[in-house]
Amino acid sequence: MNLLLFVSEITIPLLVFGVVAYGITNRQPVYEDFITGAKDGMKTVFGIMPTLIGLMIAVGILRASGFLGYLTNLLSCLIPDVVFPSELLPLSIVKLFSSSASTGLLLDIYKEYGADSVLGKMASIMMSSTETVFYTMSVYFMSVSIKKSRYTLAGAMVATIAGLIASIYFTKFI
Amino acid sequence: MNYLWAGMILVGVVYAAFHGTLPNVTTAALDSAKEAVTLCITMLGVMSFWMGLMKIAERAGMIAGFTKLLKPVLRFLFPNIPRDHIANEYLATNMVANIFGLGWAATPAGLKAMEELQKLNEERCKRYGTNRYRDYDMATKEMCDFLIINISSLQLVPVNIIAYRAQYGSVNPTEIMGPAIAATTVGTLAAIIFCKLVPNKGES
Repeated sequence: MNLLLFVSEITIPLLVFGVVAYGITNRQPVYEDFITGAKDGMKTVFGIMPTLIGLMIAVGILRASGFLGYLTNLLSCLIPDVVFPSELLPLSIVKLFSSSASTGLLLDIYKEYGADSVLGKMASIMMSSTETVFYTMSVYFMSVSIKKSRYTLAGAMVATIAGLIASIYFTKFI
Repeated sequence: MNYLWAGMILVGVVYAAFHGTLPNVTTAALDSAKEAVTLCITMLGVMSFWMGLMKIAERAGMIAGFTKLLKPVLRFLFPNIPRDHIANEYLATNMVANIFGLGWAATPAGLKAMEELQKLNEERCKRYGTNRYRDYDMATKEMCDFLIINISSLQLVPVNIIAYRAQYGSVNPTEIMGPAIAATTVGTLAAIIFCKLVPNKGES
């Protein structure tokens, strides 16, 4: 039995069971709580909808114009595919700056290569294990007017690159 | 963001004009807009399910329980924050929320944590004076370490990614969870090792 696949299969059922069981044994109105939370969830989705439309249009235009394909070819000349798949390079770079823009590119990869293709899976894992470095840093530091961030960027890049390499490696197991 | 978005659109249209793909651009723009809406319908279901479940966890005190469990981990990561300081609370809440994919709960707690860390920094600056590693507008080791670990994004269930995969015809949308947990753990471990290797210069 493949351990990673096993984790994929059991995590959600286990969480669902655990949370509901814990709630009911603590005499919580679990159903009402669920409904309240679900409403929040809907609000969140409606909140991101305009952003998603805007960015998917932008990525759609880039893909249809042929520019995205051109960029991928260009990148694959610079960095051999053995090191890092060139199709995923724009995605990894954009993810450093903007989570919604990278979502647009991720969906484009699903459309081009399929969500269950090796590239699709790899992109999914990369997006799950990295964070928007520059955006997060600017939001958090600006909120307390810190101007000198010392080694934060270096550390964040180490973490991101480790996450990306691990993503490529672990994709092989499913 | 403004420049990124404008750039994508302008570059796309100009490139299309030179390569005779302008008609494709029109269809793509319209189709993408429609697609975004279909995607949101799938997302409505998945997100409502997830946030509903997390609401139960929150109300039943599970999230608070995990936050308490995180205390020893925080002592290891941030030994220079006084034991009973409120910053610990916010840091723990932020981490637990991130792990469970509750972005909306993570950010406010994270910002609160930064605020408290900045107060600690100001106290130190007043007490010991400023130097190359300590200043009012300079990040402390705690701030750097917190952000690096935060950015390494330890996450249990990538809810959004699962919803996207479901929408784009994946036979098994949750298949990526195991490897994703493994990869994000590697990232976070790398972050912690990095933070522990950077010597403490401005804190004492």
